[in-house]
Amino acid sequence: MRLSRRDFLELMLAAGAAGGLGHSGKTLAGSRSGSGEWREIPQDFYDVPRKGNVHLLHFSDLHGQLKPVHFREPNVNLGIHDFKGEPPLLVGKALLRHYGLDRFTPEAHAFTYLDFREAAEYYGRVGGAAHLATAVKRARAERPGALLLDSGDTWHGSGPALWTEGQAMADFQKQLGVDACTGHWEFIYGDKRVQELVEDLQGAGTRFLAQNVVDRDWLDPIFDAYTLHEQNGVPVAVVGQAFPFTPIANPGYMFPQWSMGHRLERLQEQIDKARSDGAQVVVLLSHAGMLTDMAYARQLRGVDAILGGHTHDPVPYPEKVTDPDGEPTLVVNSGSNGKFLSVLDLEVRGGRIRDFHYRNLPIFANALEPEPEMQSLVDRVHEPYQDRLSEVVGEVDGVLYRRGNFNGTFDEILARALIEGRDAEVAFTPGFRWGPTVLPGKVTFEDCMNQTCSTYSETTRDEMTGEQIKNILEDVANSIFNEDPMLHRGGDMVRTAGMRYAIDPTRKMGERISELEINGEPMRPKRKYVVASWADVNEPQDGPQAWDVLADYFRNHGAVSVDEPYLPQLKGVSRDNPGLAS
Amino acid sequence: MATQEIDTQRRKFLTGALALGGVSTAIGLGVLAPSRALAKWQEEAIMTTSLDDGLNQVLGSSTYQESDQVQLDAPEVAENGATVPVSVETSLPNVDNITLYVPENNAPISAVFELGSRARPSISQRIQMADTSEVVAVVKSNGQLYGTSRKVQVTVGGCGG
Repeated sequence: MRLSRRDFLELMLAAGAAGGLGHSGKTLAGSRSGSGEWREIPQDFYDVPRKGNVHLLHFSDLHGQLKPVHFREPNVNLGIHDFKGEPPLLVGKALLRHYGLDRFTPEAHAFTYLDFREAAEYYGRVGGAAHLATAVKRARAERPGALLLDSGDTWHGSGPALWTEGQAMADFQKQLGVDACTGHWEFIYGDKRVQELVEDLQGAGTRFLAQNVVDRDWLDPIFDAYTLHEQNGVPVAVVGQAFPFTPIANPGYMFPQWSMGHRLERLQEQIDKARSDGAQVVVLLSHAGMLTDMAYARQLRGVDAILGGHTHDPVPYPEKVTDPDGEPTLVVNSGSNGKFLSVLDLEVRGGRIRDFHYRNLPIFANALEPEPEMQSLVDRVHEPYQDRLSEVVGEVDGVLYRRGNFNGTFDEILARALIEGRDAEVAFTPGFRWGPTVLPGKVTFEDCMNQTCSTYSETTRDEMTGEQIKNILEDVANSIFNEDPMLHRGGDMVRTAGMRYAIDPTRKMGERISELEINGEPMRPKRKYVVASWADVNEPQDGPQAWDVLADYFRNHGAVSVDEPYLPQLKGVSRDNPGLAS
Repeated sequence: MATQEIDTQRRKFLTGALALGGVSTAIGLGVLAPSRALAKWQEEAIMTTSLDDGLNQVLGSSTYQESDQVQLDAPEVAENGATVPVSVETSLPNVDNITLYVPENNAPISAVFELGSRARPSISQRIQMADTSEVVAVVKSNGQLYGTSRKVQVTVGGCGG
């Protein structure tokens, strides 16, 4: 969307409060760096005065990260066709320019990869359940009755999350007082376990909402679709939309009787039903990915705001999308790993939203005291596993990160570890977007778990024909770069080792991948190659766990040099694409 | 979810299925395939490999009129290519049959439903899809052919997230 003058002023005001315009308030720390002077985090950074009468707090994609982490945003997050240069597909300076943010500010570090290592060392870690809890407490103290909403991918992503089958994370949600949540990676624990945890949450007042999960044969809904809350006399409905492609992107055999999909007709019915129940504000809590959320907003009637996750795209300001009735829908995505808390204040009068105020607050662990009760939960949850997690498996001389459309330094090492550990010619590693960033120095077993843990992380070693290998690349590319956002399954391009290829994201299925070479030779369609991979979604596997293969690679090599990750040759995309920076 | 609501839905479904079953015969090719039970034309139909041949075999013509009075419901992306749920409904009068085709399958004819005169023209069927393809639904109403199609993606899956 284009920022109106008023939007722009409001944004500048927010940036000013954050120190972006040379705010001269008291400071926490100061530093001069090689590339510029970092602006300190102002003491009033987390003072967000209450406005309006309906208040929504939102986070997403925590991925099991209860302790503060680093998380590098991507330098490649391409928008093509209609989406070139459109939020959220902006990176680095282009993102700062679009939102009028200054470089060398806390926001610049939170929303971009720029000067990542220096900035990470200067600002310290982000997220952390106890720090997030303090930010939530502060926002709530100003806004009694505010709703706290979680778009999902909370139960998965760390050793303690996996080994407690999600219990650690459900306990976190209860302790934080999440009012409603939805899911995606939640489903990897299987139908029975999901229902147990949903019941556990429900007992504590946290509702799991997912209108688009239905019985495969009878189409009966499995979960509640929406809840109604009243805030300052205004009835507010929250409708849940789980990740529509979970049975395809994750092992459907863990929940064989559940079917998902967008189910937009049913979604519209739920919205209409909530309206007829008296809702004056309807919020869609979504795990579809931001581009898909914007496509929803164009098709659905009567949605005031979509608070979403999945693609891990944090936006500094909502997108305003026009629905089929010409009414605006605000679309917000709050980022991942506990790094952000969105605060959306709505001014509702006479049953209509008159104005809104928004901040996507970065959670800097050094600037927020840990909330004591949550801190003791975090300590309790980690205690049984601490010895195992803190094993130093190796060390690195560069930043290990994952996010980016084509590769990251951590996946580069993981793909090599698969080739070496499973004795293969080529390796595939899925383009997951979760997994925190590790600064140069020691690498622990916990870091390995954070990149690989799931209920289906067994590695595989198979023979595949050259044609099959190419089809996998085409299939994944057809999801990420499809011109129809309703077909985006999220994730990034599958990462590879032992092969080189060229990709033209702008073309159609079957035509994007070219010049495929395997171990220096042109790919032969009928030849069979030995392929190592992990996280097979079709059937249970029994190979060594990916975290052990990765940890063993570090253990065997000790010091691992972090090289530029392999990037396929990019065609059809101009260098000035605002989703591309080198 | 109230049990009562589930029961109501099941009852509705069963009533519909019963009505359909009572007055029509359904042949799901590839599902019921004991060859001796099939007439000669059906054997030939199974052997066809193109959409045009399939339409010709089943309906005697490879052309039909696009109609928004034929509603075809199918997922945009199949959760499992081996059992893709599709349903067809039409508001057209005097429907003799509803037929389904997957042009990219080796055997494109997927299902043939012959309807009795009192049957409600509404069917649901799981079909197999080898690859991403259009799914084509054609109905015969008052002796004329009307149809519609929808693309269903079949993917290798994984990598979400």
